[in-house]
Amino acid sequence: MSSQDIPEENLPAEQDTHGAVAVADDKDPFADPGLPPHEHRVQDIDERAAKRSERTVALLFTVSMLATVGFIASYVTIPADESVYIFPLGHISGLNFALGMTLGLALFAIGAGAVHWARTLMSDEELTDERHPIEAEPEVKAKVMADFQQGAKESALGRRKLIRNTMLGALALVPLSGVVLLRDLGPLPGTKLRHTSWRRGLLLVNQNTNEPLRPSDVAVGSLTFAKPEGLEEHDEDFQQNIAKDALMIVRLQPDDIKDRRELEWSHEGIVAYSKICTHVGCPISLYEQQTHHVLCPCHQSTFDLSDGARVIFGPAGHALPQLRIGVNDEGYLQALGDFDEPVGPAFWERG
Amino acid sequence: MSTNEKNESRDRGKAPSGERVADWADGRLGIYSLAKANMRKIFPDHWSFMLGEICLYSFIIIILTGVYLTLFFHPSMNEVEYHGSYVPLQGQLMSEAFSSTLHISFDVRGGLLIRQIHHWAALVFLAGMFVHMMRVFFTGAFRKPREVNWLFGFLLFVLGMFTGFTGYSLPDDLLSGTGVRFMEGAILSVPIVGTYLSFFLFGGEFPGGDFVARFYSIHILLLPGIMLGLVVGHLILVFYHKHTQFAGPGRTNKNVVGMPLMPVYMAKAGGFFFLVFGVIAAVSAIATINPIWAMGPYRPDQVSTGAQPDWYMGFSEGLIRVMPGWEVNFWGHTLVLGVFIPLMIFPLVLVAIAVYPFIESWVTGDKREHHILDRPRNAPTRTAFGVAWMTWYFVLLIGGGNDLWATHFHLSINSITWFVRIAFFVAPVVAFIVTKRICLGLQRRDKDKVLHGRESGIIKRLPHGEFIEVHEPLSQDALYTLTAHEQYEPAEIGPTVDENGVERKVKGSEKLRARLSKAYYGEESQIPKPSVEEYKEITSGHGHH
Repeated sequence: MSSQDIPEENLPAEQDTHGAVAVADDKDPFADPGLPPHEHRVQDIDERAAKRSERTVALLFTVSMLATVGFIASYVTIPADESVYIFPLGHISGLNFALGMTLGLALFAIGAGAVHWARTLMSDEELTDERHPIEAEPEVKAKVMADFQQGAKESALGRRKLIRNTMLGALALVPLSGVVLLRDLGPLPGTKLRHTSWRRGLLLVNQNTNEPLRPSDVAVGSLTFAKPEGLEEHDEDFQQNIAKDALMIVRLQPDDIKDRRELEWSHEGIVAYSKICTHVGCPISLYEQQTHHVLCPCHQSTFDLSDGARVIFGPAGHALPQLRIGVNDEGYLQALGDFDEPVGPAFWERG
Repeated sequence: MSTNEKNESRDRGKAPSGERVADWADGRLGIYSLAKANMRKIFPDHWSFMLGEICLYSFIIIILTGVYLTLFFHPSMNEVEYHGSYVPLQGQLMSEAFSSTLHISFDVRGGLLIRQIHHWAALVFLAGMFVHMMRVFFTGAFRKPREVNWLFGFLLFVLGMFTGFTGYSLPDDLLSGTGVRFMEGAILSVPIVGTYLSFFLFGGEFPGGDFVARFYSIHILLLPGIMLGLVVGHLILVFYHKHTQFAGPGRTNKNVVGMPLMPVYMAKAGGFFFLVFGVIAAVSAIATINPIWAMGPYRPDQVSTGAQPDWYMGFSEGLIRVMPGWEVNFWGHTLVLGVFIPLMIFPLVLVAIAVYPFIESWVTGDKREHHILDRPRNAPTRTAFGVAWMTWYFVLLIGGGNDLWATHFHLSINSITWFVRIAFFVAPVVAFIVTKRICLGLQRRDKDKVLHGRESGIIKRLPHGEFIEVHEPLSQDALYTLTAHEQYEPAEIGPTVDENGVERKVKGSEKLRARLSKAYYGEESQIPKPSVEEYKEITSGHGHH
């Protein structure tokens, strides 16, 4: 703020003591001075300024009309698949850009015009409305209470207890039908969450090549995703099955395997683990070959594949289930049974 | 009917056609009485009052664009092979939901724009509600008589979150499918009934073939229907209670000062709808949102890195990410605390802010109506609580994006997670204390300004050589505005012994209330307003500078 803004009487020369400011009320210097007087805008005084405002508003509305014409023209002329380069956005859909910008402009200009109109040309004199208490006057309340009591008395609900009790019973029971109707939303869980498609003798099929895996296909340090043989993408229940069957296969040096059972269930250092995170079921996809850690990209649970896939960090509650594997007579990797525990997130019946 | 009346009604037939239509409507709907009360209704002006408008307008935009999208979207999980115009996905198997979303994005002209407006408007809607809710909170606008409207608004925020979640899950893309899977895992963690709930929701095992259709009816009918009702109720109450206003000259608890609805607010608020819509349309023209074609169709065995929910679900994501993986096994059952505890804290975070108005009104015991807003500094404990809550929320947002923080700032994900685990408990407390100190500091500054005036920056040399800065006295308006707020006295329990010397039983709740009241309004929690005596003493000019 520059010194020009300071009223004359507040300048040092004028000001010998505090209290030079005139207070409305000597008794209460903090009294409400009431609404400040209305100050005129330039448009209120100068008709030329008002005309300028009017032209600005009209211009904005005209821009809006033109933008709408532009929108329709873009819709008709620009092919849906045309990609255009717009700095600094890069290559984007020309139609989307044109439609969005013209629509945006058409709408924004209406809004800007209306607001400018309201701010510069409509009266800006502040008005006052009275508030009234929300709660009713005592007489109104008394009347309502009396009416209610009268109504309650006439219904005889309080006196005829049999009616009241049976009515409450009926009203309480009738929603049960609605609840019962929800039963067929789905089948009961049974033991479905405990089993997968894996069973003894099923080959491990590479997800990428759709070919059965041989031990020689699994190189040290690589991460291979596998599914059970016979499960095809076109199958109707593919999604449900792959949500439980998906495997992660890695080859470790047998000496690196710290867990005895893991070593037993592996084949030449090749181990197969469920790909479904035991936290909330995301597929685990990140493998760090030096440490043999796998990381779930959703919530960062980290498992050590060389130590029974135990959890070493993150919110998962238990190790990834391991699938026992071996090779069949033709030298293909095969399952030696189903997982011995449920795959995926834990649940109440898991135990 | 007399002939006179007949003539009169014939005369009215000659009225301008607008008036005749209005007469017709008035005879059936009583619009004149309605207009009498509302046409020139006064609305106070403050920039923060438009936050709620942003929410209302984005809600309308969402409904308009959503209806358009339903014309093309197929809420079906039937597997189809894609043969549309997006080449990279041709020949892939996907659900009809996904392929129809591709169709909207690439083959329906303007479809992508409407999809993006719909999604951007949803983000704006929730962000707007969050900020609007904070505005109402920090200014104390939730006090009597507006507590019910506070709850309406809170419900809108919560339902908005779930509408958003069910909405972005509909395209059945890889990212949203992963979110749905997370939801399934969370439901499974519920003790005793978790597996049943999950099987009933998904019509069997995850993902099944039902959830898109079920989410669809929830997303387009059930939740928006409830929300529309709440929005209407919210607005009716805003009209009925009349808007709050900040303290200022001429503004009291018994009046409302501002501009009339017709014409100023019709133009301003109506125009603002177009401004909001225009900005969202322009954003949708230049900023891609939810490019489902880049993520591909959902498969339960695939995932992308950096999987993030929309921002408003981020705090729940944070809860689930930073929770240690506790699991308790007993008698053949598993209690999945590592997932179930976050699932329970999730609503608690929200409820903490929702119940606050009722706690405050219990502590103050104030039964009066409040229409004058508080400046946040003048309610230090409330402000500190609000900031602590927001800190809590944002700490959880950091937890929800821990992978992004790690990759963008080259931090260890483990240390971020540990930071969030500790900050979850510590940060709100620190924020509370710091905010309260700042509020008290600001109160002191206000007091200084009232008593000593504004620092003018003008240095004056006194005859004996001393330099002083000239303080410019405040205007009457400013004096009033800065001293208009009320200050509560801490509630006392009162004598524990009655007049006959018999000990009175003091209820535990009474003691708690007295303690809270002291924490709220005790010496440590507010700076006494300048009194008239103080002011006169200082301004009388005796030996002061």
